[in-house]
Formats: sequence, C-alpha cells, structure tokens
Amino acid sequence: SLSPGDTSVLAGLYGPAEAKISKELPDRAALEVLLRPKVGLPGVLERSREQLLRQTCEAVVLGVLHPRTTISLVLQVLSDAGSLLSCCLNAACMALLDTGLPLATLFCGVTCALQPDGTILLDPTARQEQEARAILTFAIASSERKVLMATTKGSCSVEEMQQCLAAAQRAANTIFQFYRDSVRRRYSK
Amino acid sequence: QVWQIRLDMHLLNHDGNITDAASIAGIVALCHFRRPDVSVQGEEVTVYTPEERDPVPLSIHHMPICVSFAFYHQGTYLLVDPTEREERVMDGLLVIAMNKHHEICTIQSSGVVMLLPDQILRCSKITAVKVAEITELIQKALESDQKARKEGGKFGFAESIPNQRITAFKMESAAVDTNDVEEQAGEIIAKADPPSEVFANPVLHTPGTAQIGEGIESSWGDLEESEKEEAAEEEGESEAAAFECEKVETEETSTLRETKSGESILLSDSEEEEVVILEPQELPRKTR
Repeated sequence: SLSPGDTSVLAGLYGPAEAKISKELPDRAALEVLLRPKVGLPGVLERSREQLLRQTCEAVVLGVLHPRTTISLVLQVLSDAGSLLSCCLNAACMALLDTGLPLATLFCGVTCALQPDGTILLDPTARQEQEARAILTFAIASSERKVLMATTKGSCSVEEMQQCLAAAQRAANTIFQFYRDSVRRRYSK
Repeated sequence: QVWQIRLDMHLLNHDGNITDAASIAGIVALCHFRRPDVSVQGEEVTVYTPEERDPVPLSIHHMPICVSFAFYHQGTYLLVDPTEREERVMDGLLVIAMNKHHEICTIQSSGVVMLLPDQILRCSKITAVKVAEITELIQKALESDQKARKEGGKFGFAESIPNQRITAFKMESAAVDTNDVEEQAGEIIAKADPPSEVFANPVLHTPGTAQIGEGIESSWGDLEESEKEEAAEEEGESEAAAFECEKVETEETSTLRETKSGESILLSDSEEEEVVILEPQELPRKTR
C-alpha cells in the first residue's frame, strides 16, 4: 500500500506462477497488470494505464529467468487525490521488491504539473492537476536515473519538458531513499 | 426521476467472514455518503452542486449488521466470526443480520447442519450483543470523521492506516532540491543533436490510408528525397522500438516534420513509441 499525500494504491503481486497455454511465452515470463479503479468497472483509461505499467515493469523484470510463467500485478485504487499514475508506479515497484523477483533496476514514478505561468509542481494534488497546463509523468530508473517511461497530458515546450524531467530525476532520489528506508525497516527484525 | 446509488465494494484481503466485513463496510459507506441537494418547485427540479449547497446524507432508517456463526460436529461447537481456516472446515454456517433495536433483518442458514430452535435463539442473543458493540464503533468513527472534516484536519483512507508498525513506513512530504535543474536542462538541450530521429512513421499505402506498426518498413509515402534516405536508416530503429520496452533511454527532443501537403504537423513530445497523426482526410489504420 503506498500513499503519497492522500492518494492510496494497494498492489498485490503474484508470481512467477503457472501460465495458461494461451498466455505463456516460451522464453520469458508474461507480465499482466490489472488496475481497478475506486468506483465503477475498469474502463479505457485503466487499460491504457495498465499498458504503461506493464511495459515499464517488463523493462526491469528479468523475465528470461522464469520462462513460461506468468507474473500478475493487481493494483486497487483506494483513494485518488492527484498523481495517481506515479503512485501506481511506486506501488508496483515496492511490490516487485517485496516479492523478491529478479530486477535489473528499481524504478519510481514522479508526476510534474506545469502551471500556466511556467512553474513546475512535483506530485500535484487533484486541484493542481486540473489547473495545470500540462501534466507529465515519468518512470525513472534507479541506475543513473534514466527514463523508463514518459507520458504527457497537455502541451508543453521542449525546454519545459527537459526541466520537468530534470526536476523529476531529483525527486527520484528522495523516493529511492524512501524505498531503502522502508525495506530496511521491514527486514530489520 | 430518482437517484441511483451505486455501492462498489473492493475486497482487499480475505481472511474469513467476508459477509460480515462487507455488511459493515456497506452500511458505513451509505451512512457516510452525501448526495447533492435538490429542490422541487412544482414541475421544476433544481439540483445544487456541492459548492452551492452542502450535500445531504441519505435517509438511513436503521443499520443492519451481519454476524456469522460457524458450526462444527453437527452443531456441537459454535464459532462466531470464523477465520478463513475455520471457514474451510466448518459443517454449517448461520448468518443473522440484526440492527441495534434487536430486530432481525436476515437469517440465512447453509451447510449440512440441522439446527435446533434454541441454538438459533442463542445465536440471535449473541448477535444482539455484537451488533450493539459494532454499531457503537461505527457511530464513533462517523463522528470523528465529521469532526475532522469540520475542523479541517486530515481524513480519509490514508489516515486510517496504522503507521506505527514495522511493515508501515510514512514519510512526510519532502522538499526536493531543484536548484540547478534549469542549468542541467539547458545543457541537455544544447548538447542534443538537432532533431532527426523519429520512432515510428506512418506508411502510406494508398491515398486515404496510413499504417503504423512495429517492425514494418517505415517510410513516408510522399517524403522529400533527403528525408527518404533518413527514413531508410531509421527503419532499423523503428524495429527496435517495438513492443519490448526500450521506450526512451535518452532525453531526445521532439521532431517537427512537414508533409508535402504543406501542413506542418508537430509530433508530440510525449515520447510514446507510437504516434498517430490524424490528418483531415486520412484515416490512420493501426496494425499490431
């Protein structure tokens, strides 16, 4: 369960488990992501987010070590007060950590909101997201802070995007420190 | 015209007795819910937004709560509120829903146990006690939430998670040092090559259709000569940018391309691997 501010997402990771014949891949693990919204049935928005998450996770999970298996990640949105996608990314990474799957790198999600006057807001609330000119979400890897996934809603210039990205890379340091501390705490006994 | 209410329940963890938990969750959610205020004047109905007028609660007459009983050995043993393991081996299940006025709302019996009337009466007495406790708990929780909302304190799911445990970790909002972010960004833009790469190109088969796909030869149908050479080089790249996730490893800048028709189309700098450009007459056809 991960909650920045008041956004909460519960992540459950199952696997590597036996895959259905239709879903298994001969040389690597098949990753599937299910994102369930707080209210209503999953719709198109959830599907597109699932794909983003799936492709980010596939980039880090060493699937070749577990061929013909399936890894299922189920995310349940408990409350949404802005920055939902980055919360899902963080929850997914912590679930991967907790399960102990072999990973190439960790990742974290950061959302930037670009306000009409040009200021950058990290991890915006729902109100700030509505007023922003553009919202950019990045998945940043822990090795060398490279970008795993980037998605934008709204329009922004190239320079602004670079600035948001650089700011997100800074914020990633804080998030990785959080991962480290919570894992240390968890296994301290 | 009537209101339609939808109650979505999400089961987060199943450790037995979901009926009871779900009934408590449902009734609390209904009590907690506020609907928009409405005023009816003859034929005219005005629905006020939450900003105009405070939303009003639903009219809940009473709060029925379920309590489950598991029976073992043909009714010799009785367990209230069974856990998952206990549920798996039980012989029979009795569910009684009651409100705090001791009115039975539901009785449901299942399994292979034959119950005597005095057993059921005993169960209903136990239910009365439990329901009284649970109802009080619910009232306290609803009141404290209302107080927190009025006084401006924090409320909601995130606050209710206990955070004094080893498995829970909470970090207050952290300030991020972004002092030299602008310089770093500026450097990157200065160092980046002028835009020449694109990750996916629509292929124009015939006028009126276009196709975008992974691993397919990508070239603009009506490109100028120089760009056609680039497109041939990029074919290899767009194959690499297929479904496996080499999505973006560098901070590439966006591209600006012009088609022969004279319309300048700005490829969005979302760095998504597939970019669909809708031109007025053309219908892009995606293949996977």
